[in-house]
Amino acid sequence: MIEIPAALWSSFRRSSIPLLGALAFLVIWEIACRLFSIRPILLPSPLMVLHELAASPAWFAEQTIYTVGITLAGFAAAVVFGVLFAILIVEWKLLERLLFPLFVGLNSVPKVALAPLFIIWFGVGDTPKVAIAFLIAVFAVVIDTALGLRSVPPDTIDLARTLRGSRLKVLLRVKLFCAMPHLFAGLKVAMSLALVGAIVGEFVSSQRGLGYVILSAQGMFDTPRVFAAIAILAVVGVALIAAVTVIERLAMPWHHSTERHEHWRITGPK
Amino acid sequence: MIRASQVVKRFGSSDKSVTALDGISIDIEEGEFVSLLGPSGCGKSTFLRCLAGIETATTGSLLIDGKPIDGPPDRLGMAFQRDALLDWFDVLENVLLPADFGGKRKRDYEPRARELLAMVGLKGFVNAYPRALSGGMRQRVAMCRSLLLDPRLILMDEPFGALDALTRDQLNVDLHHLTQQRRMTAVFVTHSISEAVFLSTRVIVFSPRPGRVVADIRIGLPRERRLAVRESKEFGDYTRHIRGLFEKMGLIHD
Repeated sequence: MIEIPAALWSSFRRSSIPLLGALAFLVIWEIACRLFSIRPILLPSPLMVLHELAASPAWFAEQTIYTVGITLAGFAAAVVFGVLFAILIVEWKLLERLLFPLFVGLNSVPKVALAPLFIIWFGVGDTPKVAIAFLIAVFAVVIDTALGLRSVPPDTIDLARTLRGSRLKVLLRVKLFCAMPHLFAGLKVAMSLALVGAIVGEFVSSQRGLGYVILSAQGMFDTPRVFAAIAILAVVGVALIAAVTVIERLAMPWHHSTERHEHWRITGPK
Repeated sequence: MIRASQVVKRFGSSDKSVTALDGISIDIEEGEFVSLLGPSGCGKSTFLRCLAGIETATTGSLLIDGKPIDGPPDRLGMAFQRDALLDWFDVLENVLLPADFGGKRKRDYEPRARELLAMVGLKGFVNAYPRALSGGMRQRVAMCRSLLLDPRLILMDEPFGALDALTRDQLNVDLHHLTQQRRMTAVFVTHSISEAVFLSTRVIVFSPRPGRVVADIRIGLPRERRLAVRESKEFGDYTRHIRGLFEKMGLIHD
């Protein structure tokens, strides 16, 4: 037998377990479709979906890039405005009492219901879709950032007070760093919500993007194509969250959730 | 330097208030090392926080250099029970924090920060993150941080309470050296009798809540102290006397 280094084998096993689950799911699906001769218009088999994707990869890639672009634009806007809003309401109690109930109220309105309104305001271009992605994503950013900014330990607050640091210094050197673990938890939620928002926007009015692909294929009862778009969405969703996780690790080299991985890599598995 | 007269501190609303301090009167001269010694919850930390200007006395007067305390005083250094290091900065950045918060140029204070870290044996950890350090090392960093700007007054709130006995002894020695090096006034909260006697020029014993001053003892040991001083007869006399006070208050039973 070939000797596989223990560390390599173990890391392969770790990373392959999630894939194994997905693979088993696909195999059962494929067998079920063949065994019960399910009509493709109801449920196409995974191989048919793969075939659909392989038929026009460039076209699917183009639609995917458009949807990812809308998602990232909405997400970026949600991060910038969400973090700023959270800082404002945490730093000024009056603003919190003034604006936070309004913000919660607005968030309770289903964003899908606002989508047609955005078409009236912003036309049929990219703007209304980015706006919807932004609106759906921003709540998670605000809630988690505000929670994080308030999570400074009492001793650290006392320290800052005895050092007579300015409010800006306390915010920049202490509060923002304290908020980061919470912020990144919020960003992961916000990223998947922004993707939902982008699809909702494309459903309402679009000539491009995966949402448009799903809607137009459904109009022609082209179920394999619907599934192809959904499969891409699933992969894109996982990739976007993974990207946030990578940025999280790079942004917080001091944090324990990153340290453990470092430690593991150096010493190897036990 | 510090003059407290009839300081009373109550927490909570008037009908359900808890009295933490009940008429504390203490004068502390420049250059003294004063330990506030008492059981947990006796209000000694509260008194320290009043001195730091992060808590205000309910009644009574509390003066520093003749002026009432209405906020953290000038040239104050403070150390906390939990070291309050910032996890996201390395050791050097943590020690330089008072300069940064004080709006001073960090580069001007870097030599002093390195000197302090070298004095407590942390030369090799200047660029480590706090989470890589042991509890004792973390408290040493916190000590260096509180001493960076050469404070006139240093307040310490049970900084070694969470450490094991050996580490605690070493940190007592380190702290003694650091405070001997420059002239400063120190107020140190602890519930360890031998720690208080070893470090201090004066030990003030608090009663259980509500906190009152039970005894004010001058420690007549030589100014320069080594751990061996704890085996001396005088040291034993002081600790025995203080333990006797605690027994009288019903805090220790034999």
